[in-house]
Amino acid sequence: MITNLLYSFGGLMLFSMGLFALIACSHPLRKILAINVMATGVFLILIATAYRQIGTGEIDPVPQAMVLTGIVVSVSVTALALILACRVQETSNHSLIQRKKDDFTRTGT
Amino acid sequence: MRRYSTHNKRKRLNPVLLLVLLLTASLTILLGRAILTTDYQTERLGDDVAQFQKLSGVESPVTAVLLNFRGYDTLLEVMVLLMAVVGVWSLTQAPFPGKPIEPGPVQLAVVRLLTPLMVLFAFYLVWKGSSLAGGAFQGGAVLGGACVLMLVSELPWIKNIPSRHLRIGLLAGPFVFLGTAILCLILEGTFLAYPQGWAGSLLLLIETACAVSIGLTLACLFAGGRPKDDLSRGRKR
Amino acid sequence: MMPYSILTAFDIVLISTLLWLAWKMLRSEDLFKAVVLFISFGLLMALAWVRMRAPDVALAEAAIGAGLTGPLFLSALRRMERLHKDERRVNIDEERKSETIFHTQQKETP
Repeated sequence: MITNLLYSFGGLMLFSMGLFALIACSHPLRKILAINVMATGVFLILIATAYRQIGTGEIDPVPQAMVLTGIVVSVSVTALALILACRVQETSNHSLIQRKKDDFTRTGT
Repeated sequence: MRRYSTHNKRKRLNPVLLLVLLLTASLTILLGRAILTTDYQTERLGDDVAQFQKLSGVESPVTAVLLNFRGYDTLLEVMVLLMAVVGVWSLTQAPFPGKPIEPGPVQLAVVRLLTPLMVLFAFYLVWKGSSLAGGAFQGGAVLGGACVLMLVSELPWIKNIPSRHLRIGLLAGPFVFLGTAILCLILEGTFLAYPQGWAGSLLLLIETACAVSIGLTLACLFAGGRPKDDLSRGRKR
Repeated sequence: MMPYSILTAFDIVLISTLLWLAWKMLRSEDLFKAVVLFISFGLLMALAWVRMRAPDVALAEAAIGAGLTGPLFLSALRRMERLHKDERRVNIDEERKSETIFHTQQKETP
């Protein structure tokens, strides 16, 4: 029981960390990284629910299949988002994209 | 000027960020309460899966769920992958202009040794997916990794693959899957209801086609754009 | 009881490492460092999937999270950096031009 809770809350922390970074960061690449972290958190919670029934018998395969589907979809979403971010930078003239300085990493919250 | 303003910002806390932090924290607390109070024992699909496992034609429960019980999901997911490639191809052209990096002899030797093994391992994963861990997605991912390895080491022939071959490879998985589903509709009267006794071999066929398509899709996503000869050929005709 | 406690300790170490990696990744100043941290994060996630008895997911994560998402981010980073360098060079040129114009104007006014 404690294992499920540990992993569920770990996934929850990952999700909220990613959500915060998604809003706070300005660089698109870091936003995409944050979305990936959020997705991983959701997957962790789902897999932990599948693991929860270890006492009653076999592990539930349905959440595992859903997570498998989700991982592949998240890769394709990431690839499309990265290409879009590159195109945004190619077409926009002003430099909205900096490598080093970021709102989130700068202010130190 | 700019440098001074950033120094000032570092000292005082940004109120907007504080608000975001507050909202995220409250959402976390709510979600944590939801995790703690959900009853997981009563709602459970695993029993149903175990009950109908023999009818699915495969031994691995995850593969059975993916391709048989929730076949719609997987069919639509393969379509999502196809859409992603269409999106990437419509945005940019593939070999994005940059300085090509010459691969060293060690890298070339490693690629030469590793790529056939990776392809073999990918098909082993697909083959073993019916009974053990593995399946179309894992095999496709390994296949995609092999393609990425070849793309990174800039093998000359990989840039000159005609886009028609690529298109056929990309469409193989979705077409085989959809064709099987429609065949099931004609024969059995239900979409994606495999006929008795044929489920195992049909699933293997679908998985092989999907693994090839997924691997090619991931490689095309990494290449980051449509092939060079894609538009020019269209214009000529 | 002994293996239970050892496994729980392993879980705690694994989860705290994952959270720490995610935090460092999202907060690191250098984007390249963030991407490298992301790749190691994906590999550790594969370990977590194995611990949660999901070998299918672990295989997919190890192949995709480490082998495909990482290179995707790296190539996008390279593409953006190159563009940014070109852009900055143009900007510096423009700034120099405007500065020289400004100086010449200042010299002219008195």
